Amino acid sequence: MGARSGFLAAVLAAFVISGLFTGHPEAAWPLAQLDDYLLNILILAGINVVLATSLNIVNGHTGQFSLGHAGFMAVGAYGSAALTQINGKACLAALSFLGPCAQGGLFVCALLFGAALAALAGLAVGLPSLRLRGDYLAIVTLGFGEIIRVVFQNTEAVGGARGLTGIPPQTTLGWTWAVAALCIYCVSALVNSTYGRGFLAVRDDEIAAEAMGINPTRYKVTAFVVGAFFAGLAGALYAHLIGYISPEGFTFLKSVDVVVMVILGGMGSTVGVAFAAVGLTVLNELLRQAEQYRMVAFSLLLIVLMITRPQGLLGGMGRFFSRKGGNP
Amino acid sequence: MNRLLELEKVTVRFGGLVAVSEVDFHVADGELVGLIGPNGAGKTTLFNLITGVYTPTSGSIRFLGQEVGHMSSSDITGMGVARTFQNIRLFSSLSVLDNVVAAFNLHLKSGFLGALWRGNAFRSEEQSIREEAVRLLEIFGLAETAHAPCRSLSYGDQRRLEIVRALATRPRLLLLDEPAAGMNPTEKVELMRLIQFTQERFGLAVLLVEHDMKVVMGICQRIAVLEYGRKIAEGTPAEIQRDKRVIAAYLGEEVTDA
Ligand SMILES: Nc1ncnc2c1ncn2[C@@H]1O[C@H](COP(=O)(O)OP(=O)(O)OP(=O)(O)O)[C@@H](O)[C@H]1O
Ligand SMILES: [Mg+2]
Repeated sequence: MGARSGFLAAVLAAFVISGLFTGHPEAAWPLAQLDDYLLNILILAGINVVLATSLNIVNGHTGQFSLGHAGFMAVGAYGSAALTQINGKACLAALSFLGPCAQGGLFVCALLFGAALAALAGLAVGLPSLRLRGDYLAIVTLGFGEIIRVVFQNTEAVGGARGLTGIPPQTTLGWTWAVAALCIYCVSALVNSTYGRGFLAVRDDEIAAEAMGINPTRYKVTAFVVGAFFAGLAGALYAHLIGYISPEGFTFLKSVDVVVMVILGGMGSTVGVAFAAVGLTVLNELLRQAEQYRMVAFSLLLIVLMITRPQGLLGGMGRFFSRKGGNP
Repeated sequence: MNRLLELEKVTVRFGGLVAVSEVDFHVADGELVGLIGPNGAGKTTLFNLITGVYTPTSGSIRFLGQEVGHMSSSDITGMGVARTFQNIRLFSSLSVLDNVVAAFNLHLKSGFLGALWRGNAFRSEEQSIREEAVRLLEIFGLAETAHAPCRSLSYGDQRRLEIVRALATRPRLLLLDEPAAGMNPTEKVELMRLIQFTQERFGLAVLLVEHDMKVVMGICQRIAVLEYGRKIAEGTPAEIQRDKRVIAAYLGEEVTDA
């Protein structure tokens, strides 16, 4: 199928590019002159790709409308910062046997720790929400996101409303896009298998899926956990990019941003959603000066899209793994 | 013959309506049984009870001797009961082939991790599932359309696809809810022949709901008749044809496949 070699190539490319961009500013390579502003946007785009493709497995492939992605992102951000900032010295000391790699090693551990915590949160939200559908599920997940935020806001140990500063800025372009590649690979690999057809079956017709021996509960929880895991990774990357996190960064509006990316890209189309994530990140930056009109622009974009292409920009095409004969 | 499915005084109530009332019924291994009755008699509801979509208000449903009345739909399918739906319920965004592939989920060895790692075991299993799916599609003349979106199929082909999808779960008992609805007489006869063929080939027991009397009488060894949720008769086609209550139930009523 060549899927794995494609994936490895993508990861390799991500690392090579990261080397080019972040290695030595004085290197002869022209791309290395990339200024910080552009670099930041590229990294943010990668983080948004992770967020959008991971939400896509819940909202797009499994058809469960979740509005709580920012909550999982927050869990990942705070969870990772717990290792690198709050307990940074102790953790570094524990990893001192790694020598010069200790800093990097801690960063990887922090990413995984944040993601694992987020996955646990996904499990905690997924299980009780399973009986809910459509609007009800959206409301519950929205509520969950807000609860998480309020909890962080009121926990002095993580800085409360002031937030956490001094998180080591270790997120690089390479790391971000490697995670993005991993996320795209995982979601596509899962969906493009007999096992993964279960997600789509649950979305298309839950009663028929059950009648075919597919357990919708298991698929929904799996989708939630996988989605939350990658949202947590994205949150951890974000925390170590900006170096500062506060509960205000993970509001309901952030969840909406991600939902917009998924809808724009076409629910269930991995490639489409990834492109939409990049496009909207750039658009976001262009509209930075006109912050108050941003939501208006997004809404207009959505309305126009719903009228002209309800299946999303790339909806119904552009799957990561194409097979001969093609899928609809 | 050993009893595959056994219903004992099965009743289900929806508010004030008793949709199925004290039905005793059984299907033996390898048998082809017809289930008939006027519109609203409770045939589909009985299917929904057997497959766990509804839970019986009272009574017992046993499959292979095990009580399944309170089991989930997917677990019952796992035990070997598969069905088609009267109002077609295909996985509408999937291709014809993928509809069948999805139904292989039940017997899958490589799950979540297999799909991620995509090793040799995974690939050979995917390959064999695809081949088996195509073989099943071939029996019902759908192999050519394997990669088409299932929505593009004709009404009759969608019904055939539902049967193929049900077969992919490797059932011992297949419940068919008006599989020939909307087909012309020639297609109907053809489909019934196919059903008989698959029944023998896979050693299935089949419970068939069909309005067309001629069709049912032609292929079923035994027929049960429902009216207003009650079983009013049961017997061989010849016995059913003579039964006064059955004649009365159908008297003056157009027997169509609507
Ligand atoms: N979920 C439900 N809630 C309320 N009433 C129901 C429900 N399901 C079925 N019924 C009622 O139960 C009765 C039996 O319906 P059912 O669909 O089983 O009939 P049927 O024999 O399959 O008829 P047809 O030949 O039209 O398919 C009908 O009166 C129907 O309205
Ligand atoms: Mg019916």
